[in-house]
Amino acid sequence: MSKLTPVLSAHWDEKDSFTIEAYTRHGGYSAAKKALAMEPDAVIQLVKDSGLRGRGGAGFPTGMKWGFIPQGDNKDHYLVVNADESEPGTCKDMPLLMANPHVLVEGCIIACHAIRAKHAFIYIRGEVTHVVRRLNQAIEDAYKAGHLGNGVDVVLHVGAGAYICGEETALLDSLEGFRGQPRLRPPFPAIAGLYARPTVVNNVESISAVPAIINNGAEWYQSMGTEKSKGATLYSLSGHVNNPGQFEAPLGITLREILELAGGIRTGHTLKFWTPGGSSTPIFTQDHLDTPLDYEGVAAAGSMLGTKALQIFDETTCVVRAVLRWTEFYKHESCGKCTPCREGTWWLVQILRDLEAGKGTEADLAKLLDLCDNIMGRSFCALGDGATSPITSSIKYFRDEYIAHMTQGGCPFDPVASTLFVGAGV
Amino acid sequence: MTTSAIVDMITVVIDGFEVSVPKGTLVIRAAEQLGIQIPRFCDHPLLDPVGACRQCLVDIEINGRAFPKPQASCTIPVEPGMIVKTQLTSAVADKAQKGVMELLLINHPLDCPVCDKGGECPLQNQAMSTGRTETRFEGVKRTFEKPINISSQVLLDRERCVLCARCTRFSDQIASDPFITLNERGALQQVGIYEKQPFKSYFSGNAVQICPVGALTGASYRFRARPFDLVSTPSACEHCASGCDMRTDVRRGKTLRRLAGDDASVNEEWNCDKGRWAFKYVTAVDRLTHPLVRNGAGVLVQASWPEALAAAAKGLKENTSAVLVGGRATYEDAYGYSKFARVGLGTNDVDFRSRLSSDEECEFLAAYVVRTSTTYRDIDRADQVLLVGFEPEEESPIVFLRLNKQFRKRALKVTAIASKLSIGVEKLKGDFVKVAPGQEAAAVAKQTLNAKSIILVGERACESAGLLTAVAALADSTGAKIAWIPRRAGERGALEAGAIGNLLPGGRPVADAAARVDIAAVWGVPSLPTTIGRSSDEIFAAVNAGTVGALLVGGVDPLDGLHSDDALRALDKAFVVALEIAPSEVTMRADVVLPVAAITEKSGSFLNWEGRARSFDAAVHDSLNRSDLRILSMIAQEMGTSLNLGTVTAAAKEITSLGAWDGERATMTSVSPAQAPSVSGDQFILTSWRRLLDLGTLQQGEENLAGTARQTVAVISPGRAKSMGVVDGELLKISTSHGSVTLAALVEDIHDDAIWAPRNSRGSQLLVNLGIGHGDVVTVVKI
Amino acid sequence: MAYSSEDLATMDSIIKRYPRSRSAIMPLLHFVQSRVGYVNGEGIELIAKLLTLETAEVSAVATFYTQYKRKPVGEYHVGVCTNTLCAVMGGDAIFAGLKAHLGVENDGVTEDGKVSLEHIECNAACDYAPVVMANWEFYDNQTVESAKDLVDSMRSGNPKPPTRGPNTLVTWKEASEVLAGINDGKAHEGVQAGAPSLLGLRISKEGK
Repeated sequence: MSKLTPVLSAHWDEKDSFTIEAYTRHGGYSAAKKALAMEPDAVIQLVKDSGLRGRGGAGFPTGMKWGFIPQGDNKDHYLVVNADESEPGTCKDMPLLMANPHVLVEGCIIACHAIRAKHAFIYIRGEVTHVVRRLNQAIEDAYKAGHLGNGVDVVLHVGAGAYICGEETALLDSLEGFRGQPRLRPPFPAIAGLYARPTVVNNVESISAVPAIINNGAEWYQSMGTEKSKGATLYSLSGHVNNPGQFEAPLGITLREILELAGGIRTGHTLKFWTPGGSSTPIFTQDHLDTPLDYEGVAAAGSMLGTKALQIFDETTCVVRAVLRWTEFYKHESCGKCTPCREGTWWLVQILRDLEAGKGTEADLAKLLDLCDNIMGRSFCALGDGATSPITSSIKYFRDEYIAHMTQGGCPFDPVASTLFVGAGV
Repeated sequence: MTTSAIVDMITVVIDGFEVSVPKGTLVIRAAEQLGIQIPRFCDHPLLDPVGACRQCLVDIEINGRAFPKPQASCTIPVEPGMIVKTQLTSAVADKAQKGVMELLLINHPLDCPVCDKGGECPLQNQAMSTGRTETRFEGVKRTFEKPINISSQVLLDRERCVLCARCTRFSDQIASDPFITLNERGALQQVGIYEKQPFKSYFSGNAVQICPVGALTGASYRFRARPFDLVSTPSACEHCASGCDMRTDVRRGKTLRRLAGDDASVNEEWNCDKGRWAFKYVTAVDRLTHPLVRNGAGVLVQASWPEALAAAAKGLKENTSAVLVGGRATYEDAYGYSKFARVGLGTNDVDFRSRLSSDEECEFLAAYVVRTSTTYRDIDRADQVLLVGFEPEEESPIVFLRLNKQFRKRALKVTAIASKLSIGVEKLKGDFVKVAPGQEAAAVAKQTLNAKSIILVGERACESAGLLTAVAALADSTGAKIAWIPRRAGERGALEAGAIGNLLPGGRPVADAAARVDIAAVWGVPSLPTTIGRSSDEIFAAVNAGTVGALLVGGVDPLDGLHSDDALRALDKAFVVALEIAPSEVTMRADVVLPVAAITEKSGSFLNWEGRARSFDAAVHDSLNRSDLRILSMIAQEMGTSLNLGTVTAAAKEITSLGAWDGERATMTSVSPAQAPSVSGDQFILTSWRRLLDLGTLQQGEENLAGTARQTVAVISPGRAKSMGVVDGELLKISTSHGSVTLAALVEDIHDDAIWAPRNSRGSQLLVNLGIGHGDVVTVVKI
Repeated sequence: MAYSSEDLATMDSIIKRYPRSRSAIMPLLHFVQSRVGYVNGEGIELIAKLLTLETAEVSAVATFYTQYKRKPVGEYHVGVCTNTLCAVMGGDAIFAGLKAHLGVENDGVTEDGKVSLEHIECNAACDYAPVVMANWEFYDNQTVESAKDLVDSMRSGNPKPPTRGPNTLVTWKEASEVLAGINDGKAHEGVQAGAPSLLGLRISKEGK
C-alpha cells in the first residue's frame, strides 16, 4: 500500500476537477448536507474527535478553536479562511484551490454551521489571478446550486501583496479595510475578531479537510498520523530534487521517505539543508532526514512543522546567500508596527550583506546573534521571530561557511552551479 | 474617583514590592505607583494600548506560571497573583529594553543639538537611562527629506520619528480627525498626510505635544528656545469657556509657547490649537503703555496716572454712567466691574454680554444657569446629550472632545438642533434635527429626554426668540440637566459676579430686597440700586437717546454686536473711560484710556462653563501693568468711594465671604417663538456661527494658525443648489439692505430655507457685512 | 479619468459585498487599477468619498500593499521570484537577464509601455521553480531564455499563455478587475493542475 493518502488531492488529475460537476460527481457537498442535519455542537465534537489541527503552521486543534466561539450571544459570528499563502516555500493551498476550490466552499458551509456563522470570508493573496478566478467561479456556482445563499454567504476577498496578512489578526485588520498590521491580543478573534465579533480564522487546508472528516468519520481521520498529530496533510517538496511536487501523506512521514518517492535529491548532488515548514522554521540538515514530520517530531528536533514546506537545497547552495535572501524578504514584509522587527530586519540585512560579501568579521557574527536575541521574542508578532530562525539555525549548523566568507573575502560558491539550468548555456 | 464607586483592587508584586491597584490597571502604571519607571514611547494613558514600540518589556509570571518571553507592560492589565520583574530585577527585561533602545536609535539622526525637543525629549532621556554609550551600528541610516510641512503650523521630521503612532492614534481616537496616518510599510513606514489634505485639525497641537521625540514640531516654536531657558507657569486658557488647564512657557518676559495642562476632570491632557498657538496678540499688537486723556483739542495724549484717573473719575461722576465689560474679563475683574457699577456709579447698568443677547437670555441665566453646575463628569454619565444653539467643536472644543470620547467609548447619543449639519456633529454621528433658522424652539419641544440627559445650550440660543423658554420647559418637564456654554472664557464668571443688570454677585436677584441687603452689608454701603439694569444694546441706545452720559468700558469689541453702528455712535457721543491692553475701536473713541495687564501678566481665575474655577498666576512676572480690578479701585478712590479690592486675592476673599444665596431663585417669563419668515425665489434665511479659528481678536498675528482655519464657504442645500443651478465652488452673493458678502458655494446638508456662512471669518464678517447673524432673510444670487 | 456610471455601479456592488463598507477599500483599489492601471489621486479621493473616509485613511492603506502601484506599470507586469528558493534555482539569473534584455531596472517600464519588471517574493509555486509571474499569472519552470522569449512575445503583442492560467494572457488592467472580484468568465480555461501538483497522486496510484 502506498505511503501516500490522497484525499484532498484525490481527483486533481481529472481535467475538470475544479468544476462543481466534477466535485459533485465525487460526492461533493454531501458532507455539507450531512453536517447541516447535525447539531452544530455535534459537528464541533466530531472535528475535535478527529484530531484535526490547524494546517496554517501553528497546529492549533481546529475543533477546539471552533468551541471557543461563545454561543447564544446574539452576535454575528464570522468564519474567515486564511488563503494568504505567502510563507516562502509554502505552495499547497494555491494548487488545492486551483484544482478543487469547491472543497473549501463546502468546508466553509460546514464550519459556519458549527460555529453558528452566517458569513464566511476567504482572504486570498492577491498575486494569483487564476486561483482567484477559480475560487470566484466556484462560489458563484455554489450559489447557483443553492449550496450557498441559504443561510451561509461566502465572500472572496483578494489581498494585495503583504505577507503579514497571513498573521490572523493582521488579516482581520486588512479585511476590515485597514493596514494589515497585527492586533493586540487579547481580545482573541474568538471573542472579538472581524468587526469585533466572535470569529474563527482557519487555514484553507484545515477547512478543506473537514468535508472528508464529516463523510468518513473521526475514527477514519484518527487512523492516520501519529499519536498527537492526526490525519493526513499536504507536504510540498521543492528545490534541488529530481521531482518536486505535492505529497498528501499521513503526518509523521519523514523527508527520507518522501525523497525516496520523489526520486531523490538532484542527481549527482547531496542534501545540504532544508526547511521543514517554510522559511520561518529553523533549517534542518541531512541529520534530520528521519525526523518524523509531525508537530511533535519536528519541534523535538528544534524546528517547527509550519506549513510542511520542504525546501531542499543541495551542496551547491551558499547558505549565507540563502539566509540573506530570506532576511531581505522579512525586511520587505515587516509591517513596521513594532521596533524589533522593523529596525531589526533593517540592520540584519546590512550585516548579512557584509558577511556574504566577505566584509564581515567574527565579531559581526556575534553581533548578528545578539541582534537575533534582541528580536526573537521581543517583537509584536511572530514575523520578527521568524526572521531570526534561518539566521540562528544556519549559524548553528554552518558557522564554518560564514567564516569561509570572511577568510576568502567573498562567497566561495558559484551561483550558476545551483541553478536548474546549469550547463544549459544561460 | 468617587467614594460611592466600588473598585476591585488587585495586589501584585513588582520588583519585590507589593502594590494594590484598581482592576484593569496596566502593569506599567501599577509600577508607577511604586515609583518604578519603565521606559516607554507608544504608551499614553489616554490612548488605547498598542504595544508597538516594545520599549517597556518586563518579565511577568502569574501564579507561578511565567510568560515564556518578556511582555509589553503597557498592554497587560494586572491580575491576582502576578509577579512582575522590571529592568531593575530581571536581567532578561533589562537586556530586552536595552536591545529595543539600541534598535530605536540605529536610524535616529542624533541631531539633538539642533532639535527643539532636546532637553525635554523622552527619547533622549531614556537613551541615557537605557541606551548604550557607544553604538554598534555601522550601517546606513534611513534618510528622509526633512522636515516637511504637514500643515501650516506642524512640521514633520520623519528621520526622528520612532513610529510610536501616538500622533496618529490621537488624531483618530481623540479628535476623530484621521488626517495623519501611518503610510508605507516596514522600515519605510512613516507618518504622513494625503498630499492634498493637510493636517487641518483643530487639535493638531496635541499630536506635537505628545510626540516623544522631535518628529513633530510647531512652526511657531521651532528654533525659538531651549527648554531650560523657559520659565513655566501653570495657567488657564483665556480663549473659551472650556476651561483648559494650561502651561505657559516664558523667556525673558515673552511667552514662547503654551502647552495643554493635565486636569483629568476638565481637559484631561488636551487642548485646542487656538488655546495653544494664539498668544501673540499680547505682544503682536502695539500695547498701550501709558494712560491717555483726550485734551481740549480733542486729541488723545499721553497723561500721567493721577491725571488720567482724575479725568476718568470726574467724567464718570458728572454723568449718568453705565458699565460695559466684555466676556473676557477674569472672575475677579468682572466682580470689580460689577461692584464698581453699584458702589461707584450707583447703577445696575452693567452687562458682560458684548454680543448678540436678549432679555429672555437674561432671565434664563438668572433662573437656570447662575449657581448651577453641570460638569464634564455629567457628560460622561449622560444617556444622551442635546445640542441647542451650540456647535461644540467650533465653540467649546474640549466639550467636543469629551462628547467624542463618550461617543467612541459607549456610543453616547448626541442630538443637534440646527439648520446645518456641522463637521463636529457629523463626527459624533449625531442625530441632526434640521430646522429653519428661528424655528428651533418647536424642535426642542418635541425632544424626549429624561433625568439622565443633558441639554448643552450655546450662547447663540438667545438669537432665536422663545428657544431658551423651550429649553427651560424641556428641562422642567423631563428633569434633564441644563448646561449653558458661552463662547468666551469670562462670561460664566461675569454672570456669577453679577456683571449683568438683573443679578448681583452670587446669583442674587437685583429685584430681591433681601438679596440687595445681603450684598450691601458685605460691601459696607447703605443700599444698592433697585432698578434692573439694562443690556449692552439698551445702554448704547440710552447713550444715543441722551439718558446715559458716560461709559466705563473694558475689553469690549463694539463690532461684536448686532447694531454696531449704534454702538460706535454711542461711543463717539458718550464720555468713555476705556480699560484696554491695546488700541481698539473703543480706545480711539475714548476720553480716558487706561492700559491694563494682559492675561499673562496677572493672576486671577475664570469660571468655565461648569462654573468651575480655573485660577492662574501671572506667567510674566515683571510686568508693570495693573489688573482691571486694581485700576477700578483707583478710579473709585479718586471718585471718593472705596471698592476695597486692591488685589486679586482681596477680591477672591470677598467673593468667598459673600457665601451662598439661599433665597428664591429668579423665575423666567415665557417668550413665544417668532413666526418663520417665508422665503421664496432668491431669498434664504441666514444662519451662522463663529468658527474656532477665524478673525477673532485674540488670534491676531498667528499666521501659522490661520493657515489651518476651515475654508470660508456659503452652504446651501442640494435642492436649492439645483434650482439655482449652483455647484460647489461657484460664487454666491449674499445681500441685505446693510451690505453683502460674496462666497464660494458648498452644497451640504442644510435646511432648504437656510444659507450658512461663518460669522467672523476671512471674507465673511456677517455682523459687520450684513448686519445680521441668524434668523433674518437675505437675498442670494449666483455670480 | 472620470468613472462611467457603470463603473460607479460596479463599485457600489463591491461595497455591498461587505457588512461594513470600509472592508471594500482593497477591492476598490484593485478596481481603480483596472481602470487607471495604478492608484492615482483621483482614485484615492473617489474611494474616500464612496466610503466616507478621509483621503489619508485610504492612502495609508494603498501604500501598505505592494500590489497597488503608484505609477503606471506595463500592459504586462512581469514579476520574477527572487526569494531564496527561486533565486538559487535560477531566479536571480532570470531577473538579471530580463533587466539587461529589456533595458530596465527593478520597477522599470519599457519605453513602449508594454512590459514592466519587478522582483517579487515567494508566489506559492515553489514546486515549479523558478517562477515568473505576468499580471499575476503563473509561468512555471522558467529559464533565462524562456523568460526573454516571454517578454519578447509580450512586446510583439502576442504574449505566450500562462502555464497554469487562461488560454491567453490578459492585460494588467483586466487582471486587476479579476482581483477586484469581478468574474471574467475564464475560470474554466487552462489546466486544473500542473504535473508537480499531481506528483504525489500519481505515485500513490502507482501503489508506491
